[in-house]
This record gives sequence, structure tokens and C-alpha cells, in this order.
Amino acid sequence: MRSLLYVLTFMAVIAAAFWAYHENYKTQAALAKAQSVRSDISDARARLAVLKAEWAYLNRPDRLRDLVEVNYERLGLLPFEPDQFGRVDQIAYPEEPEDDLPITYPVEISSAGAQEP
Amino acid sequence: MIRTPLRPLARILDARRKGENPDAIERENLRIRQEQMRDTARSRAEGRLLVMAIMFFCAFTVVGLRMGSLAASEPAEPRAQVSGASIIASRADIVDRKGRILATNMETFSLYAHPQQMVDPQRSATELVKIFPELDEDRLRKDFTGKRKFLWVRKKLSPEQKQLVHDIGEPGLLFGPREMRLYPNGALASHVLGGASFGREGVHSAEVIGTAGIEKFFDAELRDPAREGAPLELSLDLTVQAVAERVLLGGMKLLNAKGASSVLMDVQTGEVISIASLPDFDPNDRPRPLTQGEAADSPLFNRAVQGVYELGSTFKVFAAAQALELGLVSPETVIDTSGPMRVAGFNIGEFNNKNYGPLSVSDIIVKSSNRGTGRLALSIGPERQQEFLKRLGFFETIPLEIVEAGGGKPLLPKKWTELSSVTISYGHGLSSSPLHLAAGYAAFANGGHKVVPTLLKQSGPQLGPRLMSEQTATQSLDMLRKVVTEGTASFGEVAGYSVGGKTGTADKPKPRGGGYYDDKVINTFASVFPTNDPKYVLIVTLDEPVETSGSEPRRTAGWTAVPVAAEMIRRIAPLLGLRPEVETRHLDGMINTSN
Repeated sequence: MRSLLYVLTFMAVIAAAFWAYHENYKTQAALAKAQSVRSDISDARARLAVLKAEWAYLNRPDRLRDLVEVNYERLGLLPFEPDQFGRVDQIAYPEEPEDDLPITYPVEISSAGAQEP
Repeated sequence: MIRTPLRPLARILDARRKGENPDAIERENLRIRQEQMRDTARSRAEGRLLVMAIMFFCAFTVVGLRMGSLAASEPAEPRAQVSGASIIASRADIVDRKGRILATNMETFSLYAHPQQMVDPQRSATELVKIFPELDEDRLRKDFTGKRKFLWVRKKLSPEQKQLVHDIGEPGLLFGPREMRLYPNGALASHVLGGASFGREGVHSAEVIGTAGIEKFFDAELRDPAREGAPLELSLDLTVQAVAERVLLGGMKLLNAKGASSVLMDVQTGEVISIASLPDFDPNDRPRPLTQGEAADSPLFNRAVQGVYELGSTFKVFAAAQALELGLVSPETVIDTSGPMRVAGFNIGEFNNKNYGPLSVSDIIVKSSNRGTGRLALSIGPERQQEFLKRLGFFETIPLEIVEAGGGKPLLPKKWTELSSVTISYGHGLSSSPLHLAAGYAAFANGGHKVVPTLLKQSGPQLGPRLMSEQTATQSLDMLRKVVTEGTASFGEVAGYSVGGKTGTADKPKPRGGGYYDDKVINTFASVFPTNDPKYVLIVTLDEPVETSGSEPRRTAGWTAVPVAAEMIRRIAPLLGLRPEVETRHLDGMINTSN
């Protein structure tokens, strides 16, 4: 009886050790993953900061003004001025599209035989 | 275990036969046994002590090794922490009122050298100078071959420069990561932003500290990790600021002015929408302060905040408003402005020695009569005038959120005599900054309340205590409007926006005392728009402008500052979302038809 107890205890210790070993490795893996995610986040954040800075740099008023002047013939942009304000009723309705897309392959559709809902 | 018997039969019998005492044998054996037991116990105890000693030795060795490794290794962040919102160590961004970036950080690299690790110091010095022409080759060579173990070569590198240095292939040239402050808009709002530089520097990082402007004022807040990178929101509007600076630069060039400044402020909240001072500088490459000459000649000088000038006739409306507030006069009260007028032995004259004769209070402002406001000031008296100007904020520096604001302390007369009272009523003898003037004019525009100019975005009106009744404010505003429609600021009319304002032309005082220059003036136009529903105050100041289109040079504000301000309003008001009140063309001739 006593030897059985010894064997059982020994096996329980082995099992606990095995479990602890596994948990340890799982924790290590999770930590490594968390760290790599964290470094991804910080990389993404750094990239975002650079992109934001670049966006701000490319959209700086001086550069936009120069671009507008260079591309005046194509874009025809002018500074915003008071006489450009309008009223809603000054806007014309859009013209009706002249002719609808031509139907080239008509398909006959019939509801005959369809079941009532 | 076989125990030796204490009384072995063989020996006992033998002893009895010899007639000896057999008890001696027992005692002898007992003694031997006890000695054996003692030896065993001793050796066991020794063994245990040894085991204990080894255990303690191992334990302390482990502790010692761990301590040593902790002390010698690089600090690492704990891996098993639950980090929600992570701490962002970099300096917070500065953005304008619409979230557009005014200042941000960029990761870059610094270059340092370990001369003892260098393979070919001579060649690396030559190659470095090829990449960075501003470095001194001889000095580098001396440093690289001398006794120094460490030296900084450059604090900031662009990625291209880093690659070029990398390509030299010198193991003694090393890179350290750096956070660099970047102002993507260049010189825009440079006087507000100020600039930043490095504080304490290490190989792996360096502190970024603000050196001027709002960067220095909010240095601790911007560096606080608890902000979690939340940007600092300013009241400035990037677009409006750009347009204001552009128009101001154009005006300054056209009118041959030495400098110029403008302040645009929301009259309800005190938010400064745009504040410009020319000439300006690039905060990415902040110039050094002047070591000689006048501080005002440096581009670092913020004319709108630090520049205290006598702002001339723009002050007249304060005298008129106070006289109205005290009930001494009404806008229609007629006052004789004809000369001569002598106060404390000094003759008070008019511009170009004119004589306007009897004028109503409203016309005194419209025609800008010195003697008229002087008489108003005399009836108010120096004490009450002082008290009113003090409440308007002309005695203290404006607590604007930039470090330079402390330099804009108004210059007051040492003794406030009747003469000072008269001269101050038309803007001479009291020097203040354009920002003070903006804060003063805002009181007329918001119905008589004090507002404090601020550079931070506000959530709603920040009206302070009442300075004058609403009626006085409205009457003053009407006078200001009249100055534009029929007075000295006729160029200030902007189609669609009713502008009210007052011109001011002040002679510049000579720097070392001794009176005023004849041909150097400060021209100011202080305006409020739109006067039917006042929202903004705009102050434009030009330093030494001259208008040369006529037969003789003109130096009055009506010819210089006013057209600049009008153009600024024309360009800025639509950007601020103010709809012009223009009579739209009636399309009577058009009839809807259908075909």
C-alpha cells in the first residue's frame, strides 16, 4: 500500500513538472509574440510619424502656392476671394443625361410562374 | 548492523578463569562503543556543515552573479508587463486649430567617432569633409589621430548622408539614434513656435528642449510622458497665417518698410488666429541672436509681441470711449479743436498744422484731431485715464503663451502729468505692443468686455470683466466705422465686409533720446471686422514704410498700413468663413423656359 502511494506521488511530481515545463514554454512564446507585436506597433508608430511629417511638409502653404502658380494653365486655381461666395439658388440643376446607355442584348424577364411571397 | 557485545562470553569466561574482573571488559567495550558513536556523530555533523557551506556558497554566488549581471547589462523593459496605453517618450506635436501639424518629431541619426577604433583616420577625415563641407578637415584629422576617445561629428544626419558615411566603411564612425524637432512649414509662424535644440545628450538618445517661443513656454508639458503624445492645439490657423504673412510681406516690400507685424484675434475668445512678424526666420535652422546692434534688427525679434512702439492716433478712440462712458460727451457733442492749445508750456498741434475748428466727438476720431482728443483727455483727467488704460491692459505685459511675451512690457511715463495725459490720448508717450492694441480694440468689438489674448484653442467665449457699457462699445464701433467710410482710412473699405478701424502714424523716437526722426514713422491700422457683427480684430503695423507713387513720399498710415490691412481682410475673411454682404446681381432679365 505504501509503495503504491510512493509510486503515485512520484508520478504526480513527474506530471506537475511536465505541466510546468509546458506552461513555461508557452509563456515564453507568448512573451516573445507580445514583444514582436509591440515592436511592430512602435515601428508602425514611427512610420506614421514620418508619414505625417512628410504629409505636412508636402502640404506646406509655400509649396502648394508655388504648385498652383506653376500649374495655373491646367488647374486655373485662384486665391479664395469674397466674390466667390454664391447662393444655393444660383446653382443650376445638373442636365439630364442626354441618352441612357443603349440596350444591346435585351433579355426578356417574366414573372410568370414566380411564386407569391 | 552487527553490534559488538559488551560482555563477549569467550572473554568473560577467560577473565573469570584468570580471576580478573569481567566488569572491566564491559566498561572497556562500552568506552569503545561510545567513542565510535562519538566519531560517527562528529563526521555526520561535519558532513552536514559542509553541505550547508556549499549551499550557502552557491546561493551567494548566484546572488552575486545576478547582481553583477544586472549592474553590467543594458536596462531592458520588463517583457511581462500589461501595458495598455503605452508611454510615448517623444515630445508632443504642436498642431493648429484644425489639427494641421506645425511641429513634429522625426527620427534621425547623429554621428560620433571612436578614434581608437579607426582603421584609417586620415582617409575618414578627408571623406567626411567631402560629405559635410562645413567641417574643418585639419581639426578632424587632429581629433582622430589625437588622444580623444570620443567626439561628436554631427548632431543630425539625413538618411542620404548616413548612407554616405556608412559607405566610407570606417568602423570608428558610429551612429546614434536621435529625435529631431521638425517644423514642416518652414518659416511659417516661426515667432510663435520659436525653436528647439538638444539638451543633455547621450549616444543612444538626446533630450529635445524648446529654446524659444511656445516650445520653451510649454517645454515641460510637451515633454511630459503622461500626455501620451496628445498634441498641443494652438489657436492659430495655418491657412490664415500663411495668407497673412504673404500679404504682409507683399505690403512690406511695396512700401519699403523695414519690418511689419500683424495680429488677428477673435474678439470673443481672445484666440490669436494669426500673428506675424517680419522679417522672420526658419525655426528648423534658428539663427543666433545678435550680439551687437539693436535687438529689433534681428529676425528673431517678434514685433507683434516684443515691439513696444508709440502707436499714435489708434489710441484716440480710447479717450473718446472713456469720455462717452463717463457721460462727459455724446458722439454729437461739439468740441472746439482750433488752436493754439498749450499744455504745460508745450504747443499741441495737428497733423500738417491743420485747423479743424469745431468738431463733434465722432468727427474728432474721423478727422483724427490731436487737440480734440487732448481736450477730451483734459476733461477726463490723468487719474481716470490711467485707471481706464490700466483696466484695458496697457500697464502690464500680455500673458501670451510664448516666452518672448515677457519682453513686451509697455513703456509708461514716469510721471503722469496733464501733458502726458494729453499726448497719450493721441498715442504718444505710452509705448505698447500691437498685441496690447488688439486686446484693447477687442473690447469695443465684443460689447465692452476684456479678453486676454491666447495662443491656445478655446472651447467658447472667454469674456472677462466689463470695461465699458455696451452702448459705449457700439458708439465707439460706429466711430471706427466712420473713419473708414469718410475719414483717414478710406482705403480700408473692403467690398462685402464692413470694416471699422483707426489709423495711427507715430514718429519714431531716436534710440538715444533727443526727440523724434522726421522721416521715420511707425504706421498702424487697428481694425475690427465686420462691424455689423464684430468677430475679429486685425492690427497691422509697418515699420518705416514710405509710399512713393505720388509726387512726394507719403508716410501716413492711411496710405501704407490701411491698404495692406484691407487686402489682408479681403483674403482672410472668406477663409474664416465670413460671408460677404454683397448685393448679388438680380437675375431679373432671365426667365425660366423650357423647350
